Amino acid sequence: MSGFNKVVASYDEALAGLSDGMTVMVGGFGLCGIPEGLIQKVMDMGVKGLTCISNNAGVDGFALGKWLENRQIKTMIGSYVGENVLFEQLFISGEMEVILTPQGTLAEKIRAGGAGIPAFYTATGYGTEVAKGKDTREFNGRNYVLEESLTADYSLVKAWKADTMGNLVYRMTAQNFNPMMATAGKITVAEVEEIVEPGELDPEHIHTPGIFVQRLIKGTFEKRIEQRTIRSA
Amino acid sequence: MALSRVQIAQRVAFELRDGYYVNLGIGIPTLVANCIPADIDVMLQSENGLLGMGPFPLDEEVDADLINAGKQTVTAITGAAYFSSAESFAMIRGAHVDLTVLGAFEIDQNGSIASWMIPGKLVKGMGGAMDLVAGTDNIVVTMTHASKAGQSKLLESCTLPLTGVNCIRKVVTDLAYLEIHDGAFHLLERAPGVSVEEIAEKTAGRLIVDGEVPEMRLG
Repeated sequence: MSGFNKVVASYDEALAGLSDGMTVMVGGFGLCGIPEGLIQKVMDMGVKGLTCISNNAGVDGFALGKWLENRQIKTMIGSYVGENVLFEQLFISGEMEVILTPQGTLAEKIRAGGAGIPAFYTATGYGTEVAKGKDTREFNGRNYVLEESLTADYSLVKAWKADTMGNLVYRMTAQNFNPMMATAGKITVAEVEEIVEPGELDPEHIHTPGIFVQRLIKGTFEKRIEQRTIRSA
Repeated sequence: MALSRVQIAQRVAFELRDGYYVNLGIGIPTLVANCIPADIDVMLQSENGLLGMGPFPLDEEVDADLINAGKQTVTAITGAAYFSSAESFAMIRGAHVDLTVLGAFEIDQNGSIASWMIPGKLVKGMGGAMDLVAGTDNIVVTMTHASKAGQSKLLESCTLPLTGVNCIRKVVTDLAYLEIHDGAFHLLERAPGVSVEEIAEKTAGRLIVDGEVPEMRLG
């Protein structure tokens, strides 16, 4: 069974081989469901010239915001800049290439990439800047844009629980982009809150089957909240 | 008097129906969640992976793993479901969502919308907006009718990069409720106390006023 034990002992081992110029997918929506320890380790490694695929780029000074600060990203593929001041500056100045991609198209590009589908048609973005230079085609009287799928050298994902075989379960809205990214990495590294023995997770409740996961590490998470909104009792 | 943000949300709430699955965008659309009539049930879809979004949590209920598309902490109601971003946009792009409410910088008389960047000045990114406007016919756009400097945002043709082409049919502004078809804005309701003349003056696109325009009901 040892051939199916995905657990690694250190972040060095988890990210061994990740080097300059590679394409790296990073799971999460905002700061929710991000692989915090893996992101920190890539920063410490100092690799440069990365193509980073992630819905957002963290916040100023935290998470992927640190990769921006260290100028580790050559090309950023995501859907939302939002209130990330440095991201916006690097984009407007042209210092970093940014490929803004509609969120649903981004999710589907990654899903398709992981599923071995090279491209698909979607109505999203037809007639906008997003469709520039892309093939279009009419189906049943409606216009669609041909979008190519995405894969990565490394996919860094965050899950709630895993068994040692790499079967993953996500929690609440921390799922987001993680399941598709797990399928689309040549090497997928999952950072999780808890690792249990095979058999302890109900096979009916696995979100990501272990076949998609090459390396697994137990992390510790700050779980910073971007907008703490509450109601009074 | 121009409508407040909450009053715009109150007017939008009249578009809700019992049994609707609804996606609310960031800003004024989010306020619609507080205006749902007591006698109907709607399920709010949050595109980051939640169907059945509830109110903000109590202080002791806050959970970093449970947020909405605006990255605010929220709760999930009884009957809620969590899912991936791909499944979320299958709901949206696949036209399973009954009503979408979102904001805009500009809108034009052909129903095109611009909402995600101002070249050289501001880049927010489109997030899920391009998928949302491609997914359902039933979209309500909320916005102020004109900029603070008095520049109309209801145009003959959008000047900013587009979010979607020829896809918007209903607009609620701080001055009016309008529908878009046949290459024109059709003025159907006025905000209480706002004249047709003021609305016409602040609408740069083609405006059709057909007979008496009633004041809108609120709350």
